[in-house]
Amino acid sequence: MKGVQLSEPTAEEVRDTKIYRSWSMTDAEYERAVKMLGRLPNYTEAGLFAVMWSEHCCYKSSTPILKTFPTTGPRVLQGPGEGAGIVDIGNGKAVVFKAESHNHPSAVEPFEGAATGVGGILRDIFSMGARPVAVLDSLRFGELSADKAKNVEHNKFLVDQVVAGISSYGNCIGVPTVGGETAFDSCYEGNPLVNVMCVGLIDQKDIQKGRAAGAGNSIMYVGATTGRDGIHGATFASEEFGEGNETQRSAVQVGDPFMEKQLVEACLDVIHNHNDILVGIQDMGAAGLVSSSTEMASKAGTGLYLKLDDVPQRETNMTPYEMMLSESQERMLLCVKKGHEQEITDIFTSYGLDAVTIGNVTDDGMYTLEHKGKVVAEIPVRFLTDDAPEYHLPTAVPQRLAALRTTDARDGISVTNPEQTFLELLASPTIASKEHIWHTYDSQVLTNTVIRPGSDAAVIRVRNTDTALAMTTDCNGRYIYLDPEIGGKIAVAEAASNIVASGATPLAITDCLNYGSPENPEVMYDLTQSAAGLSAACKTFETPVISGNVSLYNETSHEAVYPTPMIGMVGLIEHTDHIVTQAFKAAGDAVYLIGSLRPDFAGSELQKLQTGSIHGQISDIDLEGIKATHDTLLAAIREGLVASAHDVSEGGVAVALAESAFGFDSKSGDGSENPQADILGVDAKLDLEDELLFAETIGTFVVSVPLTAVARFEELFADSDATATRIGSVDNSGLLEIATRGKGISVSTMSAKKVWKESLACLLS
Amino acid sequence: MPTSSKNYKVTVYVTYKESVLDPQGQAVQGAITRMGYEGIDTVRIGKYFEITAHEVPGTPIEQTVDSICDKLLANPNMETYRYDIEEDAR
Amino acid sequence: MSAPRFAVIVFPGSNCDKDLLWAIQTVVGVDAEFVRHDATSLKGFDAAMLPGGFSYGDYLRCGAIARFSPVMEEVHRFADEGKPVFGTCNGFQILCEAGLLPGALLKNTSLRFVCETAEVEVANNETRFTSHYEKDQRLRIPVAHAEGRYTVTDEELEELTANHQIAFRYAKGHNPNGSVDDIAGVTNKAGNVLGMMPHPERAVEALLGSADGLPFFSSLIASMTA
Repeated sequence: MKGVQLSEPTAEEVRDTKIYRSWSMTDAEYERAVKMLGRLPNYTEAGLFAVMWSEHCCYKSSTPILKTFPTTGPRVLQGPGEGAGIVDIGNGKAVVFKAESHNHPSAVEPFEGAATGVGGILRDIFSMGARPVAVLDSLRFGELSADKAKNVEHNKFLVDQVVAGISSYGNCIGVPTVGGETAFDSCYEGNPLVNVMCVGLIDQKDIQKGRAAGAGNSIMYVGATTGRDGIHGATFASEEFGEGNETQRSAVQVGDPFMEKQLVEACLDVIHNHNDILVGIQDMGAAGLVSSSTEMASKAGTGLYLKLDDVPQRETNMTPYEMMLSESQERMLLCVKKGHEQEITDIFTSYGLDAVTIGNVTDDGMYTLEHKGKVVAEIPVRFLTDDAPEYHLPTAVPQRLAALRTTDARDGISVTNPEQTFLELLASPTIASKEHIWHTYDSQVLTNTVIRPGSDAAVIRVRNTDTALAMTTDCNGRYIYLDPEIGGKIAVAEAASNIVASGATPLAITDCLNYGSPENPEVMYDLTQSAAGLSAACKTFETPVISGNVSLYNETSHEAVYPTPMIGMVGLIEHTDHIVTQAFKAAGDAVYLIGSLRPDFAGSELQKLQTGSIHGQISDIDLEGIKATHDTLLAAIREGLVASAHDVSEGGVAVALAESAFGFDSKSGDGSENPQADILGVDAKLDLEDELLFAETIGTFVVSVPLTAVARFEELFADSDATATRIGSVDNSGLLEIATRGKGISVSTMSAKKVWKESLACLLS
Repeated sequence: MPTSSKNYKVTVYVTYKESVLDPQGQAVQGAITRMGYEGIDTVRIGKYFEITAHEVPGTPIEQTVDSICDKLLANPNMETYRYDIEEDAR
Repeated sequence: MSAPRFAVIVFPGSNCDKDLLWAIQTVVGVDAEFVRHDATSLKGFDAAMLPGGFSYGDYLRCGAIARFSPVMEEVHRFADEGKPVFGTCNGFQILCEAGLLPGALLKNTSLRFVCETAEVEVANNETRFTSHYEKDQRLRIPVAHAEGRYTVTDEELEELTANHQIAFRYAKGHNPNGSVDDIAGVTNKAGNVLGMMPHPERAVEALLGSADGLPFFSSLIASMTA
């Protein structure tokens, strides 16, 4: 077989058959490409335009919104635009982090979809020169009980396989999975969300950029060979699912964590020990070779000449189009100083990996591809990158909002037996312990993990310093569904509360914006308004957005998921002595409620439990007030006054008190700290109606304080704009006793813990 | 590869010895039972390898395959293997 | 004897190598160095330490490919000469595959990866790896594996017991993987090769939850300097 291009449509045929439509390129976009080129693009070129102008690659619908985010700050060393963002953490070190979604691949092939999601985000981190040190996963699935799900067995299968995929990849490569969250709502049935965040550490002198600079320098391809897997993964992620579209099933790649482990070590070896010959390095992620190479050239203002015959291929007769768009995993692109290619090859060979030169940097700004002796594409780089279209799509106030707000949030809520309600909430999969899941993740490899999964935030120490990093992911899509702007504020405030409760100052965030189709004006409204909420909160909490990802078209048969902007936040703990967990530490400690509870039932677990749906208007939150609370709580923590801190979220103060009393399972890592956790109880009195025990008021905390610190603790709060109310004490009764104006709750800690701890495994079996 | 020599297709099956607990096999067996199939007595899970080879003068193919299985493909502490060798008219 | 020097063997896919080096070099404060899988000499080293991880992706069987690494010839020599050889997790699996320890490590009974702080007991404190523990001392040492179910034949188990080769057991009711006789770690007959699924290198700093692994390292060092 010779000249495989012969079988490809001609430029005229591409135009006449409009084949580009099947790559999700519109007629207008095609015309735009024709006009820019001044001629008809051939098949390969049209494919390059289609993929580079896809939502997944160029964020054409979301860019105007992303530009509104605060992205700078005194500690920010690298904002959005590179593989990941970077924040200064002192001592010449920096933290590098980013989150990415892998929703569509995970819906089709959950094990490999989730596994390659982990692999992809790891490459973003080490391409910056950082060693990945932690992974967190934010997962959303459909319901796990038959009465609430269309296909409960499939939902369970998805949970099982996604978790297995994350565990398989993360455990093998040896990066601890330290945290994340998992929630369940029927809107995610058919379109689960798999968002993975990776955190890396770097010495600031080692920071890399993905640039292909210096005409004549070589472009080297390293890692796995290129196959036909994942072709059009990027455009695939930019389409909504239709039922019965089986051809999409070819789009999932298979991950090889062993190869990636070698790739991490080899790339970090080059970066740390041979930086003088390395010009730039970038991950081949979405839209593989074309995306990584054009981005590297675009950032450097250069051109590239690539010889595709030199691309290592695992299949025969691959066309230029297939090679450029392949999303085969575990591949990186390096720009290397001319004449030093062999040194690079030798390093990679010593790790058992291939590294080959596939082209060079030019100064003509052109993206030129050669295949079998012929030029098969010749496009100015910027046409594919900087000049990608940008749409200001129309927005419309979602019709649901008016309807949802006609009812009062209290409608349908009636707590006549608070004890029973409490136990039902503890058993709900969103609140129940996720130990069944994180037990299968290696959370301790690399020996830095101080706080494992199960507390408000995970904590890892920074070696050779006194500092540590707290990290969390958070987002309650229900609140955004009910009010995009307030919900956006809440997402950031919640994440900040988790970070503060661990003893850390929030530093910055990354996000995964998971929404439906941007062509739906109501979705664009959700996106725009929630982004405004996120921005406002980020400004208040001084947490700029340093990286992120947008995942649109999260719909199945036109039913969109809740708008779900997942927030990944990292905070700095100045001294490891300040690390706090949510677990009560000792009987006798005083228990405080920080902030005051309001009847916040719209979108709450209680509302969902009792009415089967969510509705009502959520109340606005006082960002400045929450910030003041955070500052005071942090001051108290740093003075060593706080034994435990836990933010009130899903399930309200009753669940927060219970989770603090449950502490950690004595087998799972924190038992040395509180050996009596299993038998601890709490005796608290709240001057509130029973319902309020389950209100989800953002910015409130349950804190325990040793008696010796009580006076100073109260003094600190009295001098601040925050409030702390003593509501009771930790005791040895083994009972959770929470008195109210109504019936209150009195149950044994052990029996409540059993319900909470075993529910998820039980639902999944 | 010399064109005159014989080509082989070797298939190797590795399974746990009968005495070794095979929880994966048991899990599959449980699923089969739950699905309502009758008459299934046991399920054991193993590994399957497809190898193509060609004749090397002086070394019988069986000897090579035995050696590979003993040293690498199976762990004699817990696994047992069998194989089929077919002449392959490539 | 001068201060001992540890070789931490790095196989392709090892991922606890840095943890082991950190524990020995920085926390315990004894000389240690990485040695690549393709090294042909362990000259100048006094102990060979095989770390956890997924050597060669564990794609065939855990440890099955790593045992053919060039450095393993030297590890065999060390074992024959009575020098200390230690493997944790994947290192234990490699030592079993290499025939330096009896038995094999199979998939956990739960069929799931398990990461937790295991309750471990010192079954024999008269080995060079355990002399600084009390007999039956209860330890908290992390485990993290999917293939940790130690399996031997009945005859081998009898022999292991008779020869006092069982160094560590999981505490009753805390067996995380279904290992026969709750075995968490075994030595060879001569007592100079130890393999265990728990990770002592993950238990050397109280900040990270447990320092119960420190006596393991101090025992070993004492046995080398005595």
